Amino acid sequence: MKLAETELDLQRAYKHRINVCCSSGCVHFGALKVLKAFEDAIKESDVQKECKVARTGCLGTCSVGPAVVVEPGDYIYQSVTPEKAREIVRDHVVLGLPLKHLLYSNEVFFKKQRRLVLRNAGKIDPLRIEDYIANGGYSALVKCLTKMSPQEVIDEVSVSGLRGRGGAGFQTGQKWNFVARAHGSPKYIVANLDEGDPGVFANRTLAEADPHAIIEGMLLAAHAIGADRGYIYIRAEYPLAVQTLRKALEQATSLNLVGENILETTFKFDVELRLGAGAFVAGEETAILASIEGLRAMPRPRPPYPATSGLWRKPTLIQNVETLANIPLIVLNGGEWFSRIGSPKCTGTKCFSLTGDINNPGLIEIPMGITLREVVFEIGGGVRNNRAFKAVLVGGPSGGCLPETLLDLQIDYESLTRAGAIMGSGGIVVIDDKSCMVDTAKFFIDFCVEESCGKCSPCRAGLLKVKRVFEGIIRGKGRTEDLLILEKSSVYIREASLCGLGQTAPNPVLTTLRYFRDEYASHIVDKICPAGKCFKNKKEASKT
Amino acid sequence: MLKDDKRLSMLEEFLKEHQYQKGALLEILHKAHELYGYFDETLLTFISEHLNFPPSHVYGVASFYNFFKLKKVGEHVVTACMGTACYVRGVEEIISAIEREFNLERGESTSDGKLSLFVTRCIGACATAPNIVVDEEVIGKATKEVVLRKIELVLGGEKTETS
Repeated sequence: MKLAETELDLQRAYKHRINVCCSSGCVHFGALKVLKAFEDAIKESDVQKECKVARTGCLGTCSVGPAVVVEPGDYIYQSVTPEKAREIVRDHVVLGLPLKHLLYSNEVFFKKQRRLVLRNAGKIDPLRIEDYIANGGYSALVKCLTKMSPQEVIDEVSVSGLRGRGGAGFQTGQKWNFVARAHGSPKYIVANLDEGDPGVFANRTLAEADPHAIIEGMLLAAHAIGADRGYIYIRAEYPLAVQTLRKALEQATSLNLVGENILETTFKFDVELRLGAGAFVAGEETAILASIEGLRAMPRPRPPYPATSGLWRKPTLIQNVETLANIPLIVLNGGEWFSRIGSPKCTGTKCFSLTGDINNPGLIEIPMGITLREVVFEIGGGVRNNRAFKAVLVGGPSGGCLPETLLDLQIDYESLTRAGAIMGSGGIVVIDDKSCMVDTAKFFIDFCVEESCGKCSPCRAGLLKVKRVFEGIIRGKGRTEDLLILEKSSVYIREASLCGLGQTAPNPVLTTLRYFRDEYASHIVDKICPAGKCFKNKKEASKT
Repeated sequence: MLKDDKRLSMLEEFLKEHQYQKGALLEILHKAHELYGYFDETLLTFISEHLNFPPSHVYGVASFYNFFKLKKVGEHVVTACMGTACYVRGVEEIISAIEREFNLERGESTSDGKLSLFVTRCIGACATAPNIVVDEEVIGKATKEVVLRKIELVLGGEKTETS
């Protein structure tokens, strides 16, 4: 593509490029002021012709924001202030002397990561489609429209072994085959960016850093399954991501990459943004459809599956945005290449928001199959303030709390499910010994009670029952039979609920009962909360 | 009746743009919320009449989603993030302190309408947990002291009168 060449030439003309991370996290720390300071300093030093300043997406090192990268050499500066920005321009850009004391020294954070989905995050300016194209963007679309039949695209995706990143881990190629073969038209694509899990921000970061990767993924999927309309369903609580995507869609439309006669072929595909309105259950695949249709986001029983009867009863492909962002790479490099990354049954990488009581919180992307220990203690740098590790919560509010003995567990769908957790949408929260596991489990149950849509009674009434039992235990009024009630109710809720919310909501209860049973026992029998969170001693317990 | 002002004409324009389609309800609610800041009965009735829905349906959808507010919001808004990371790092303590100090409960406003306190599910800034948003500003790695001082500052140094 000609545009890529011109843009590359333009970029080569600069000796340095300064990338300032302007995603939500860094903006909170004042990244926009830093960006301005860089621009001013470059003008003052009169090096505009040699040095380009770009606003980019997330690097992942959210704990030391605002983060700035100076190219060439990928020097990462941490916690940059407007004053430091001027120093960096003076010493690094003008004199060529990197400021060693300001550099991000934490190499282990990146060592075990592999950035595929986040390939462009922190490297390109998400508000400029030219940047994306110069980095190989939309070349997969060109390849697919000129050289590949729809079935060939599906076959590559099947060979890649890519599984849905939204949580359930369904084979993407298989799903595409279902939709492609389904009768009915038009066909729709829904890109799921309703990241409602507290503590998870991977999808938002992707949209803020590389919106075109999502759009290109949708276009490739549309070509493969024969869809001509797509929706990106995104949380209204993510204003920056919404703006970025909106802008990206405008640019793609003006370059004739979205709309009618794309790249002068007969292929047409329109994309529309739809704002969610804060409902956790809307991430469920049938609930998201109801929400796009303007209704309460309530799931409905399957079958019929959305692949045959989705939006307005038409065949619909629902895919998490992280899954979609993988597609351009698979089309370009082949499914075979992708299948060699990660572990054999679980190929590719996964983005995780790594948070909680940990030294290096941030956004990471790891190959499937590495262990939780590597994530927590190597990439994450271990537990904060030298405290003791207690548990790691994997998979959001309906994930599982896993103890230290399970840290050598490999991260893939099956291993996590076997241990009682889920991949979920990719949240890892580390919990130290200050937290009480009974209280933590109750926190998640409270969340799920709030977010239950109320359609089916196991979830609506069952979770409330579980919540009541917890309230007794944390006030020191627990009875020994409570453990059995918790266990039984949890299993009922899991087995009988209509959708993923109810089916996974009891996970935190079941895993804490399984791995931290002694803490429940202390609350109920000894009337002691070992972490001192619920009540300090027997006396206090009897008072409440 | 809704007051005949610029907001109303913008809402009417938006309804026309969407050809009064029932399927556009959520977008219309978003627009109305953006214009008015919250939903009251007249606003929801107005929407239901224009889309030919029973009012109960529109209320049902509006009340289903957490993002929509059904009560007038105070002049200043404090939003506490209740994401997992913020909870683990002790946001609850800060919320209780605000409730005590300004005599209001989460989800409510002070009686003089100056301050509202909301709890939200994760603003996605987990690396800087706990986070409290005061008006538009995010206070990361928040402590009780910093947040209380900040709220008093935005309130103009005066504590809210409580009944």
